[in-house]
Amino acid sequence: MQFMLLFSRQGKLRLQKWYVPLSDKEKKKITRELVQTVLARKPKMCSFLEWRDLKIVYKRYASLYFCCAIEDQDNELITLEIIHRYVELLDKYFGSVCELDIIFNFEKAYFILDEFLLGGEAQETSKKNVLKAIEQADLLQENQSEDWGGLAAEEVL
Amino acid sequence: MPAVSKGDGMRGLAVFISDIRNCKSKEAEIKRINKELANIRSKFKGDKALDGYSKKKYVCKLLFIFLLGHDIDFGHMEAVNLLSSNKYTEKQIGYLFISVLVNSNSELIRLINNAIKNDLASRNPTFMCLALHCIANVGSREMAEAFAGEIPRILVAGDTMDSVKQSAALCLLRLYKTSPDLVLMGEWTSRVVHLLNDQHMGVVTAAISLITCLSQKNPDEFKTCVSLAVSRLSRIVSSASTDLQDYTYYFVPAPWLSCKLLRLLQCYPPPEDGAVKGRLVECLETILNKAQEPPKSKKVQHSNAKNAILFEAISLIIHYDSEPNLLVRACNQLGQFLQHRETNLRYLALESMCTLASSEFSHEAVKTHIETVINALKTERDVSVRQRAADLLYAMCDRSNAKQIVAEMLSYLETADYSIREEMVLKVAILAEKYAVDYSWYVDTILNLIRIAGDYVSEEVWYRVIQIVINRDDVQGYAAKTVFEALQAPACHENMVKVGGYILGEFGNLIAGDPRSSPLVQFNLLHSKFHLCSVPTRALLLSAYIKFINLFPETKATIQEVLRCDSQIRNSDVELQQRAVEYLKLSSIASTDVLATVLEEMPPFPERESSILAKLKKKKGPGAVSVSDLDEGKRDGGGELNGAGERGPESSVVSTPSPSADLLGLRSAPPVGSAAQGAGSLLVDVFSEAGPLAPASGVNDDGFLSSEDSAPPLPESDDPPCGPVPFQSFRFVCKNNGVLFENQLLQIGIKSEYRQNLGRMYLFYGNKTSVQFVNFTSTVSCPGDLQSHILCTPTKPVDPLVEGGAQLQQVLNIECLSDFSDAPLLNIRFRYGGALQNLTLKLPLTINKFFQPTEMGSQDFFQRWKQLSLPQQEAQKIFKANHSMDKEVLKAKLLGLGMALLENVDPNPENFVCAGVVQTKAQQVGCLLRLEPNIQAQMYRLTLRSSKDTVSKRLCDLLAEQF
Repeated sequence: MQFMLLFSRQGKLRLQKWYVPLSDKEKKKITRELVQTVLARKPKMCSFLEWRDLKIVYKRYASLYFCCAIEDQDNELITLEIIHRYVELLDKYFGSVCELDIIFNFEKAYFILDEFLLGGEAQETSKKNVLKAIEQADLLQENQSEDWGGLAAEEVL
Repeated sequence: MPAVSKGDGMRGLAVFISDIRNCKSKEAEIKRINKELANIRSKFKGDKALDGYSKKKYVCKLLFIFLLGHDIDFGHMEAVNLLSSNKYTEKQIGYLFISVLVNSNSELIRLINNAIKNDLASRNPTFMCLALHCIANVGSREMAEAFAGEIPRILVAGDTMDSVKQSAALCLLRLYKTSPDLVLMGEWTSRVVHLLNDQHMGVVTAAISLITCLSQKNPDEFKTCVSLAVSRLSRIVSSASTDLQDYTYYFVPAPWLSCKLLRLLQCYPPPEDGAVKGRLVECLETILNKAQEPPKSKKVQHSNAKNAILFEAISLIIHYDSEPNLLVRACNQLGQFLQHRETNLRYLALESMCTLASSEFSHEAVKTHIETVINALKTERDVSVRQRAADLLYAMCDRSNAKQIVAEMLSYLETADYSIREEMVLKVAILAEKYAVDYSWYVDTILNLIRIAGDYVSEEVWYRVIQIVINRDDVQGYAAKTVFEALQAPACHENMVKVGGYILGEFGNLIAGDPRSSPLVQFNLLHSKFHLCSVPTRALLLSAYIKFINLFPETKATIQEVLRCDSQIRNSDVELQQRAVEYLKLSSIASTDVLATVLEEMPPFPERESSILAKLKKKKGPGAVSVSDLDEGKRDGGGELNGAGERGPESSVVSTPSPSADLLGLRSAPPVGSAAQGAGSLLVDVFSEAGPLAPASGVNDDGFLSSEDSAPPLPESDDPPCGPVPFQSFRFVCKNNGVLFENQLLQIGIKSEYRQNLGRMYLFYGNKTSVQFVNFTSTVSCPGDLQSHILCTPTKPVDPLVEGGAQLQQVLNIECLSDFSDAPLLNIRFRYGGALQNLTLKLPLTINKFFQPTEMGSQDFFQRWKQLSLPQQEAQKIFKANHSMDKEVLKAKLLGLGMALLENVDPNPENFVCAGVVQTKAQQVGCLLRLEPNIQAQMYRLTLRSSKDTVSKRLCDLLAEQF
């Protein structure tokens, strides 16, 4: 996989992950072009399209589009399920995930993705194992946050 | 006032994000961001040391701002500081920032690498994973240099945790992709391959991506993976859906791993071991069988995962292309998908069938689906699916169904999406030509193409129809009649006027007997379009008119009158005016005989690859069409147009596709008389060979027809051998690959590589004709005492026979004994159509090829520079710039030279200095170089110093030609 983009129906980029080295300018150009192309497609159309020399696989979940660029020999259907598994992971972690969760906790979305995919390839496909890794990290955080003792816990949102 | 909620909740960050979301306008957003950036900057610069939490929060805000699309140029140092925090969450944010905002500052990289090194050594698996993720995300060369040695060790160590192994495997893969030269698997190979046997499915899933990539590059070293992959696959395929616990996805056992295993197997030919092969065939059959079973779940995830494996299995079956039974089953399965209600499956089935169509075992089976595919072309609502259908029709086309497919594609063109029209036009043109048995059908098809999609018919297409009509006299009358009829339409495309003008000008006489298409009627018809056409088309029409005067003397007066009128003879366009003047003069002073000779019918065009095909290939990228086209060519034998016998235009794919302007097979002729060549390139394109307007250029009997039927003229003379053709020495000094020589018959390509005082040169001899070369020999010689300086020996003699369109390879082993100035000679001899061809070239072998770059600092450099101050050690030239003086261009050339380019050594930043050691067997010669460009004067001063006078001198001579 060369990159993964998450963007809203309004075309706002919510997450970007690049597995090939590209300049910021090139990344912006690709994002602009792809967001436009994908948003222009109608609901019942197929989830794959050819774009430059890559294959684009995308799927919409509620207000968010998940869009992956894969190479010629890569498998489209399994990529579609990569997207789905990632959505399941987010869903499980946040508890029925919505776009706002990803906006306000973007760093978590990145951490979960890194546990699941690395360098553009599936690292761990078991939902349990990925979540276990993330939860362990959270546990480390919880323990450490006690070190901050005395600081008021103010819940935001 | 930092405040935490639970875990690492960062209140300030959440507030900032809400603020941004509440901004009503882009301006407000930018204002808010600038305020925040100023705040963070002041915090980072402030006197008070920030605590870890604040640092993390601000770094996270910067990251958020960057992800919104704004540039961030600070905060890297604070992020790096976070890396060495012992708090996990701070470290994690630090790594995230570094991964997203990759920075090439070398001091930072050093600090980052240091932090990574510590975490890798920490033996804390969570920290190790973070560090590995960061390497995999950044994947820079510097990281490869620092860690490519360490990571394989982590990957195969017995005590490494599974999760760390997974990260290590993919981290290594990323580094291998960026810097394959730094990742040396050598001793680890077998242990890495055996990860396929690991008990932990996650480890296998991660490792197999690495193994697949390594296998693609080094298939032999990794070939033991085949049997391991087969047994792993077999275990998964035969397992019950619950056996693999969490690795079962919607009742499908390990779909990702299965796909990857099948993908890995596609790096290899079918297993030789009968038992392994049997087991694999069994797996493939099971997968095909499962496709027929009722689904275990109605969820689309279930069917997607199952079908992902099925498609990958079909890819493997197609890759093997040796099991007719499996191929036909695959084809039937795809046939079912063609009518599936899921658009995705229809799309993939069409795509996959395209490759099946080129296998001889399944071509017929694919053809049975023609009606469904045609239907898809007509009814699919999604243009990307229709595109796949068009591709498949093109792939399944052969002589038996060509007429139907071409007709369907033509009718689709009327409504086709603009985005795919040009490609469709090319495909129709190619199919029509390839499968034309009767040429009237071919002519009809192309004229239809012009009628339906005239704007998308490129020059290649209409040039080609003319070329074919001229070469086939049985179709000329029909073509004349058809274009005449097509031109009757009140509105016809300009391309139609071009074809019409050309064909009537050549063959109008064939239909002139019919009073409805008498010469004058033809002329009036053409001329009625004249005023609507562009300049190049008008120029073409004027040439058709002068041809009419020759064909039909009775039209002479009318045409002369047209030429004489002010709008022609005083036309503001110089090309049109020139033609009018010259044609008028030609028609009035030349005798009938001269006129007949000058304006004689075009001679047949020489055979060549259809440039339409070349254009399609270019459009689709190399390889996209060639495979199936070659296969087609083989299957159909000599059915092509142009009487090309066994070698049709498609099958004689040569390495250099003819450029489009060359389509008519014309060598660019010298401009005629004083005709302004630049003004109307069409004059040259279409008529140059025949030179119809060449009254002043001494037309004689063999004039423009002379060379057409004989072999192309050759620049080299026959025996005795001519002197060596100087290789354009300057072309290869700074590069190792390219085309060394090319004429009409032969192309010699070269690739070379050097290490220390050894080298290897690959020579590729390409036969550009369709006729074989016999008695082909190549000899390398080192004249004079050159052989005491350099050894240059072919590994074996070349094959004496070079088939038409084929390419031979020869390898030369090179050893540099001591420094040298002259180059070895390459002598090529062969017979082409009976004539002996003899050619001697200098090999592009120069002393700088044996450079080893030497890095050194400023002090070192000047010290050595002073040491080499004897007059004979220095060679210097001052010369005018012959090429671009652009700094980057110069840098690239100097790097190509093989020396190290030293930065920050010369006090003047405009100057370049380099250092290197020439490696010869006898000795090593250290060299220093200084190049001083003077942009204003467009001059250079080049100075070379080395411990050996001949080396300084030779390098200085070689290099002076480079800049």
